[in-house]
Amino acid sequence: MSAEPAGKPITEAELDHSWTVKLRRKAVEELPPEKMLPDGQPTYVANWIYVFGVLSIAALVTLILTGMILALKGPSWWHLTSIGHFFNSVHLWAVEIFFFVMVIHLWGKYWMAAWRGGRIRVWVTGAIIFVVAIPTALTGYVSQQNFDAQWISTQAKDGLNAVGVGAFFNTMNFGQMYSWHILLLPVAVSALVAGHILLVRRNGVVPPIPLKEQVQEVPAKAQPAATTTATGAAS
Amino acid sequence: MSSFKEKVLGKNDTPPWKGSYAPYDLIKEAFIATVAVICFAVILALLFSSPDDPPSTIAQWSQRLPVNFATTGAQNLAGTSPTAEYGPPYNSNGEGQKAGPIAPQKWLGVTHPVEPAQDMVIGPLSRVPQPPVVLAALHIWKLTPDAKRKEWAKAYSEALEKAKEGPNGTITAVKPGSYGPVPVLIGALTSLAQSGGLEGQLLESGSAANRFYNNDYTIPLLFMADGGLLEERAEQQHLLGDQWGMMNETGSYPGQVWLWLYSFWYQIEPFKSSENADILVMSIMGLLTLAFICIPIIPGVRSIPRWIPLYKVIWREHYASNEASAAPPATGSG
Repeated sequence: MSAEPAGKPITEAELDHSWTVKLRRKAVEELPPEKMLPDGQPTYVANWIYVFGVLSIAALVTLILTGMILALKGPSWWHLTSIGHFFNSVHLWAVEIFFFVMVIHLWGKYWMAAWRGGRIRVWVTGAIIFVVAIPTALTGYVSQQNFDAQWISTQAKDGLNAVGVGAFFNTMNFGQMYSWHILLLPVAVSALVAGHILLVRRNGVVPPIPLKEQVQEVPAKAQPAATTTATGAAS
Repeated sequence: MSSFKEKVLGKNDTPPWKGSYAPYDLIKEAFIATVAVICFAVILALLFSSPDDPPSTIAQWSQRLPVNFATTGAQNLAGTSPTAEYGPPYNSNGEGQKAGPIAPQKWLGVTHPVEPAQDMVIGPLSRVPQPPVVLAALHIWKLTPDAKRKEWAKAYSEALEKAKEGPNGTITAVKPGSYGPVPVLIGALTSLAQSGGLEGQLLESGSAANRFYNNDYTIPLLFMADGGLLEERAEQQHLLGDQWGMMNETGSYPGQVWLWLYSFWYQIEPFKSSENADILVMSIMGLLTLAFICIPIIPGVRSIPRWIPLYKVIWREHYASNEASAAPPATGSG
């Protein structure tokens, strides 16, 4: 039996030049585990309006799960079998729930002015998720292969053609719309949601707007985003 | 003096939270929320199902509305159907919509070429076995100069508009005139459509000629959209543009309700009657969408939450507890 050969130790300089190490250090610095998966929440997070963010994610998960089942079975399944139609129905209602809770979440965040304290990117990613969700839904509607799809695809084409989008996005091309609907746009929405969540975890939930009598003028530079370094804080 | 960043992004008056924390289980919350939404969606699906109105077929269209079908076919030969005169991205026969000097439809050009006479009538008729009279009509059509062909087809399409529907999907009372081979061609097209054979031929038209697989329904859908059957069904289901149709769904189901603002513009002037309504509405919605994304840096809009303090309702417990802790201790209970 031979001993393990003694390797040359990795130097600090080598680590400093490693892209992987740089990424890891940056990730841990920006989002340490206790921020990423907190065990406590500031006490001001105490209103039903906060539920709508997580409900939006839950609806997206429901959409992805039901969409995967529909994709696995193929386009004809939801027309020809009752079980396929049932999953199509769950998918449709999940879409309605997704938009409903997302809109309430957006309104809630608007009235909280939730972009304060360096959280503009949180608002921007959230707003873009809503915008990208619209063509995600549209491509689903025109992929249904029923009268609804016929009508919506032949009507939507005019608006898209008018602004030039129709040159590369053809609502009457089922193959193209189906690809956008089950792959490209869900990936975009999911990536944006992931980024949005990471930003929320990094910056923490926006604190309440100070009441007039409590407002203190503090230089902007001296005010980093609120943190939810919660370990032990709950006590 | 406030910095440029402060001017653009607004004053940062969000001090770091140094107050108390409450226990919180993020993963548990996400799990419970997902189970709740799945259960809710399943209950809605069980209670209300979902709409799935069967698609219209060209066979149905040609049987139910033979005059409308034949007129659309003749207009395709004449180059006067909506698709024939559409312009980009299907052909160069129209300019497309524009907003002042901005004309992206024209700028991007013809990317999905569609030649209605060839792709919707002559091509499908040429690809299936035909009786000698139809073969002769096709032969005459191909040998005749374009201007004359269009003259025949235009005259016939105008005559068809005044024709009547006979029994079993037939057409009667077409005013006699000089139509060349067009009546024979349209008669053959109607027969092919009524037999259910035209959909397949249309799918093989254009760039898809001689292909086995095809997922592109552009040509059959354009042909059907030029006719009246889809519109008739859409009107019954309140799906037309002036019925807020963009956000409606077949049956009594909620549709794309989130498109209410898009739909709104089509209900009012000047968009309602504008030939360029689509580009105008899309431009307005594009600007509003940009504004929506940029709310945090738009002066005024970003301040509304402070002027209308709904936040006091949202954080009422926080403010109440702060007030309680800031209140001076009660003196002597007596």
